Amino acid sequence: MKNQKSVLLDEIEARGYSRPEFLVTTAWVAENLNSPGIRIVESNEDSLLYSSGHIPGAVEVDWTRDLNNPVIRDYLDGREFRRLMRRCGITPDTTVVLYGDKNNWWAAYAFWIFQLFGHRNARIMDGGRLKWLQEKRPMTRAAAEYPPSDYPEVEREDGGIRAFRDQVLLHARNSRPLVDVRSPEEYRGERLHMEGYPNEGALRGGHIPGALSIPWARAVNPENGAFRSADELRELYSGENRLRPDDDIIVYCRIGERSSHTWFVLTYLLGFGKVRNYDGSWTEWGNLVDVPIER
Amino acid sequence: MSALPPKLQSLLEMLASLERRERMDMLIDLAAKYRDPPPEVAVRPYAPNHRVPGCESEAYVWGEPRPDHTLKYHFAVNNPQGVSAKATAVILGRVLSGLPLDEVLRVPPEVVYDIFGRELSLGKNLGLSNMLVMCQAFAREALNSPQA
Repeated sequence: MKNQKSVLLDEIEARGYSRPEFLVTTAWVAENLNSPGIRIVESNEDSLLYSSGHIPGAVEVDWTRDLNNPVIRDYLDGREFRRLMRRCGITPDTTVVLYGDKNNWWAAYAFWIFQLFGHRNARIMDGGRLKWLQEKRPMTRAAAEYPPSDYPEVEREDGGIRAFRDQVLLHARNSRPLVDVRSPEEYRGERLHMEGYPNEGALRGGHIPGALSIPWARAVNPENGAFRSADELRELYSGENRLRPDDDIIVYCRIGERSSHTWFVLTYLLGFGKVRNYDGSWTEWGNLVDVPIER
Repeated sequence: MSALPPKLQSLLEMLASLERRERMDMLIDLAAKYRDPPPEVAVRPYAPNHRVPGCESEAYVWGEPRPDHTLKYHFAVNNPQGVSAKATAVILGRVLSGLPLDEVLRVPPEVVYDIFGRELSLGKNLGLSNMLVMCQAFAREALNSPQA
């Protein structure tokens, strides 16, 4: 008879992902709440959510407070990442399991930033908060605290998985694959700014020329936020949209969080070799002077 | 800055007096008071022209005309985990409903920072402040309507 651990892992492995070790189930997390060497990390869009209830033992990593530079539009540096890891009681050997709201947008965003600092021992909890709550698993309002850990100062490496605007411009000019993961309405520039009405943080609507429209939401089951199987994902990205695993791909959205989700799908679930996230995304591109836009 | 509506001013003063954790608890408690709009105002699926642009919690706003030429505001937040959006809906519903329309228009969107604190993300600030801007758009429409 298979033991519980292998059954829990098999559930993910059965979906045929290229790198299933980067995804864990809610059941696996429930089994490992008190396991040494594992740190559960909640990262949300909504800064009130962790305080309103979270998985017992989970620490919060807040995207704005913890991961962003407070002055310029950039992320924390190596010293600050070290301080954050120490506060969370995380060492380089700790298995970090990230989860959050909005179908794990922000968990994927935090995961992506952890990779900028080379913390490979990280996972996403499939389905995030939504699935955990649907399964009526335990929650607490008690904030978790851990003794400060040792974590080396690591220089952030932006080269491999992050794209900047000049690179995106060159990418578009060379007709290389770009994936816009926003809603079709945003892609088509239909939600334009009208005087006196709210805007979406950009002066222009539309998309980067040549970008494919593949909304992030198509990668998840809307009922529980869990990722679709590898076959379904391959059909979406490679069948319907003709992306190949060896393509040089840049993904973007409005501020970079939804595209982190798609970056995770392409990189870890489908094993695409070179996917970069353009975190400047539409709030940068839609405000830039003299860059091309399509509608 | 022009004077804020008294109810809003009073709420902001109370929030400012609290420690961060206390402020969050108060906002979470306010969010728990959120209710969907009554069916005579809106039913699902909600009309897209009432959806707040840039709000990741899929918030919607309606301004229901009242005989005194003010509006009663109603909100929907489709994301069940949109705690901040729900808190904002409750606050705006309380402080803007029944307020003279020109006073609604004078509330600066930056009050969102006073409510939630300066650590609001770019996207979060946009979504929440757009809930207020949407209320103001309905106030402006009502002011410009022939009945006003």
